Amino acid sequence: MTDNPRVPRAATSRRNMLFGTAAGAALLATGCTSNENNDGKEESAGAQVADSKPGKKVTIGFAGPQADHGWLNAITTQAKNRAKKYEDVTLEATEGSNDNATQVGQVETLINKKVDVLVVLPADGKALTQAGLKAMRAGIPVVNLDRIFSTQQAYRCWIGGDNYGMGLNAGRYIGEQLKDKKNAKVVELAGIDNLELTRQRTKGFDDALKNYPNIEKVARQAAEFTVESGQKKMSALLQAQKSFDALWNHDDDQGVGAERAIKQAGRDEFIMVGGAGSKRVMEAIKKDDSVVKATVLYPPTMAASAIDLARALGQGKGISGMAEYEIPAQVTLYSAVVTKKNVDEYLPIGFT
Amino acid sequence: MNADAPTTVASTPTPPQAKKEHTGSRRMPFDVRQLSLVGVLLALVVVGALTKPDEFLAGENLRLILTQASVIGVVTVGVTFVIIGGGIDLSVGAIVALASVWATTVATQDFGLTGMLLCSLLVGLGCGLVNGLLIAYGPMVPFIATLAMLASARGLALQISDGNTQVVQVDAVLDLGIKDSYVLGIPPIVLVFALVCVVGWLVLNRTTFGRRTVAVGGNAEASRLAGIAVKRQRLLLYLLSGLCCGIAAFMLIILTGSGQNTNGNLYELDAIAAAIIGGTLLSGGRGTILGSVLGVLVFTTITNLFALNNLQTDIQQIAKGAIIVAAVLVQKGRSTS
Repeated sequence: MTDNPRVPRAATSRRNMLFGTAAGAALLATGCTSNENNDGKEESAGAQVADSKPGKKVTIGFAGPQADHGWLNAITTQAKNRAKKYEDVTLEATEGSNDNATQVGQVETLINKKVDVLVVLPADGKALTQAGLKAMRAGIPVVNLDRIFSTQQAYRCWIGGDNYGMGLNAGRYIGEQLKDKKNAKVVELAGIDNLELTRQRTKGFDDALKNYPNIEKVARQAAEFTVESGQKKMSALLQAQKSFDALWNHDDDQGVGAERAIKQAGRDEFIMVGGAGSKRVMEAIKKDDSVVKATVLYPPTMAASAIDLARALGQGKGISGMAEYEIPAQVTLYSAVVTKKNVDEYLPIGFT
Repeated sequence: MNADAPTTVASTPTPPQAKKEHTGSRRMPFDVRQLSLVGVLLALVVVGALTKPDEFLAGENLRLILTQASVIGVVTVGVTFVIIGGGIDLSVGAIVALASVWATTVATQDFGLTGMLLCSLLVGLGCGLVNGLLIAYGPMVPFIATLAMLASARGLALQISDGNTQVVQVDAVLDLGIKDSYVLGIPPIVLVFALVCVVGWLVLNRTTFGRRTVAVGGNAEASRLAGIAVKRQRLLLYLLSGLCCGIAAFMLIILTGSGQNTNGNLYELDAIAAAIIGGTLLSGGRGTILGSVLGVLVFTTITNLFALNNLQTDIQQIAKGAIIVAAVLVQKGRSTS
């Protein structure tokens, strides 16, 4: 926000990689799989690229859903903090809403305010498509965050996580851990079943496990991304399966409840892999005194990157580290697996 | 309030018991509605025993079902009182969320177990008080007043928690959910549930408060003419429901080791559904604690059974709806034939 008197930190501004602080958010789309901050390393294509130096003033409109749980909360915080970092960015953030009609109204208000660029994380991508189209027709480029619009005409750039890849990486990690074990049993605690993202995660997980004939997924239950449902479904799973070797839980927030159920049942014969990447789970991985051994990221830093992309769009620049003059049309983030080995790297982006 | 008396007599399938118990007036512990629910429960047990004998019939699983039934069970007892008294409470889930969030803030956790428990109960009572005042003295239609509470309490819960999951750090609270704290193999929260049921049954069936509740729900105007302070009675009923939510919130904190603004999601529907299939009249004036508890147990057992058999959400939801319809139809058929 412009009303924040804080001057952008000069020290960090040298780290002008656009996705610099988004440590785990390597760009799949570009094949760039750097997992670390490229501090001090200057990469620049011939094109005019956005960097941290103040440039043309850009007003970015931001509309997201209601931040009612950890991950969404982190999204809003990431976007706001990133915008504060740039002197030349003014962020017009709307109140979050889960109601499609309300969110359409909010996007239209932002269009009427004539913001330069829009960043929209729709409560429901399909339902907000018309609002995206309207903005694009009004000449306002839209950065579509995570939940994708139903047509590419509705956005200039889409950036989001990879739900299928998240399942794939969770499955691969578990597969590698159990590959030498005969008749290994795996259990899955999924998220809300009527969301497409849950089905994609499960599909990725199943596809990865197919590569390991010794592993069988013996049970799957869907919770609701809430602590309460996590506790409920996990305790039933534990009752149903007297012994298994690995558990993948789609969401670290519902994991609070799942871990509680595991503790209540007094079980510890398996390894647990989380999803999304909360700070709490990363700390547990670091401590290594529970069943939690890893978590698969769905990085909320994508909101910070969306602000970066929006700024570059507003200033008519490309992004550093790429040869193109324009920013890409789609950016799919990589779902890295956080284990004890690399947890220190990822702890700063773990959400609370 | 006497509406079930003639139907009980008319139901021929269980004549000796029904007749004998009928002499005990409406306070008899069993009527046909509950018998049919017991039948549904037994059928579920048979299905469980056939499909997953080792897992389902284990003592461990009984404990699990009772534990999962406890939180919603306590809420349902409160809601049953409100419905018998001719009202409705749509705000229970939101109050549970608010109480659980308020009781798990860093500031509250500083006061330890006692502080958290008190906070939880007071928030529940406070919300109940607001509901009761609005409905009794507003006067507002219960549906609207509690709908407003639903929205505000959830909003406040979100504001306080800022969308974060507040993990409990107080060991005294956490320990209550772990095996070492079990009394004769029974988890403390199940004991609380049992206690609430017994007290609820006594209050409804053995006190003037209970009789007034039934009277007000059956015919408010006649009750007023008979000298019952209808407004005060209504206020007390929502206070009672709020208190139950406060208790349930603390149980949920013990169970999940955390407070979250998404807690208690759709409790209002679960509680009302359990009370209705338990034989409580939605229009008020009739209902039993036992019926509601059986209703809760049926739902919890279904969920448990489906999870053990690894059935997915879609099938669970379809079957749940079908079982509600079947349970109510069976009751209807038996009580009107």
